[in-house]
Amino acid sequence: MRYMLMMHAPRGNGDWGVMNWKPEELKAHIEFMTTFNKALKASGQLVGAEGLAMPSDARIVRATSGAAPAVTDGPYPEAKEFLAGYWIVDVGSPEEAYEIAGRASAAPGPGGTPLNMPIEVRQVMSGPPPVD
Amino acid sequence: MATLDADAERLLRDLTPQVLGAVVRRYGDFAAAEDAVQEALMAASQQWPRDGLPDNPRGWLIQVAARRMTDHIRSETARRLREAWAAGPIPLAQQLSPDAPPPDIADRDDTLILLFMCCHPSLTAPSAIALTLRAVGGLTTAEIARAFLVPESTMAQRISRAKQTIKSSDVPFSLPTGGEQAERLRAVLHVLYLMFNEGYASSSGAELQRTDLSGEAIRLTRALHGLLPQDTEVAGLLALLLLTDARRAARTGSSGELIPLTTQDRGLWDKAAITEGIGLLTETLSKGAVGPYQLQAAIQAVHDEAPSAEETDWPQIRALYELLLRMDDNPMVALNHAIAVAMVDGPRAGLDHLKSLDADSRIAGHYRLDAVRGHLLEMSGDRGGAIARYLAAAERTASMPERNYLRAQAARLRIDE
Repeated sequence: MRYMLMMHAPRGNGDWGVMNWKPEELKAHIEFMTTFNKALKASGQLVGAEGLAMPSDARIVRATSGAAPAVTDGPYPEAKEFLAGYWIVDVGSPEEAYEIAGRASAAPGPGGTPLNMPIEVRQVMSGPPPVD
Repeated sequence: MATLDADAERLLRDLTPQVLGAVVRRYGDFAAAEDAVQEALMAASQQWPRDGLPDNPRGWLIQVAARRMTDHIRSETARRLREAWAAGPIPLAQQLSPDAPPPDIADRDDTLILLFMCCHPSLTAPSAIALTLRAVGGLTTAEIARAFLVPESTMAQRISRAKQTIKSSDVPFSLPTGGEQAERLRAVLHVLYLMFNEGYASSSGAELQRTDLSGEAIRLTRALHGLLPQDTEVAGLLALLLLTDARRAARTGSSGELIPLTTQDRGLWDKAAITEGIGLLTETLSKGAVGPYQLQAAIQAVHDEAPSAEETDWPQIRALYELLLRMDDNPMVALNHAIAVAMVDGPRAGLDHLKSLDADSRIAGHYRLDAVRGHLLEMSGDRGGAIARYLAAAERTASMPERNYLRAQAARLRIDE
């Protein structure tokens, strides 16, 4: 069964804000993620993973009754968290997906302390194979 | 299952455009011929390791591809007959003839024609690159999909649509002549340049370098140079790619992080590639007319020849960028020129040059402009300004290694404060 693990990052310049980290803290975080992804690949659990660009240039597009769709700033500049990236993993049980999410959540932050960031775990629907 | 060794693999890939050219000449249908050649390549990669290399690998591949083409034409003929039967009586003369091959013409022209075809201006850049990799480079759809980080079915669809576009635009399978040839050659060089950059500076994604694409761009440019040894811009592009690629091993650290030119370990640079690139460039510059690829290669050569970052000949780089700007009104060139100006006349002079770019809609708001401004502000001692510009650039880039690098630059300056 496949799960999508969505990493939500807090917005803004608070204590967690990555702009306030020291160079070695950034380095440790990046190395953690690199090693984590390599391990997932090596164990055969990784289906795909993407990191998303920062939300400052994100737009919400909505079709309208007029000729052109409406394009507005988004998603919701006032939101406290934004989707920073995701993994899709193929695992034998939901527990296995939770275990992976738990490891990702504990990525190191300032002072090397685990960030314990929220990782949303959702099962990916299965169904008949798509028509080619 | 046994696999091809590296030599046989290279041979197979080098033969691809020749074989495809021969099959297209014989049967005319580029799209179907391209599929048939892919099948022949697959058959070779399965059979050659088991049975050994055939005496005439080229002939072997053409024969297998031709057999596939005959099957294809038979089934097409059968389909048309069925359709015709349904529509009324069938004049026998209208059946397709699978035989009657015209004589093969020089392979040399075929590879060129295929490059012109695959880099046709009616195709988007990603489609042209993908089709070139398959039809001229001999890569499989799966390999190309991996290089572009997309699913194989997506890439298969992209390639088949590209072939359809070529088919419907009725491009003849022959060399363009005169002025058109020069124009089409420029498009080919541009596609090869983009292919290299896609591999070298990966426009998105987690990996900074996808070396398979860069290596393939160099291989194809080298082949093109072999076909057109007198063309100075082809030689210039090959030199540019070699002189840039020479620094590949020094560009990334252990966890894939970006290492800028100034702090790279120059001992890791590929001396052989630098020597070859400079040799090519020296030869082509002596031939007169200098084009933009040669100038860009010359700039890379100046970097590659500097024993240390401090000893870089910045006045020469600045002069080369000025020549390039006169030829090509490109804001990225203007941005690099501003850096060279700052290195020669100080950061203030460089920052003054950046001002005019703020008004240029092609680059205003681009992260590279913020990144360069951050760098020049840092040189001028304005730490607060530099931090703000680095972070603004980090917000905008779609490359993970660049974002990490830019944040690290800002973090480093905050520590020093």
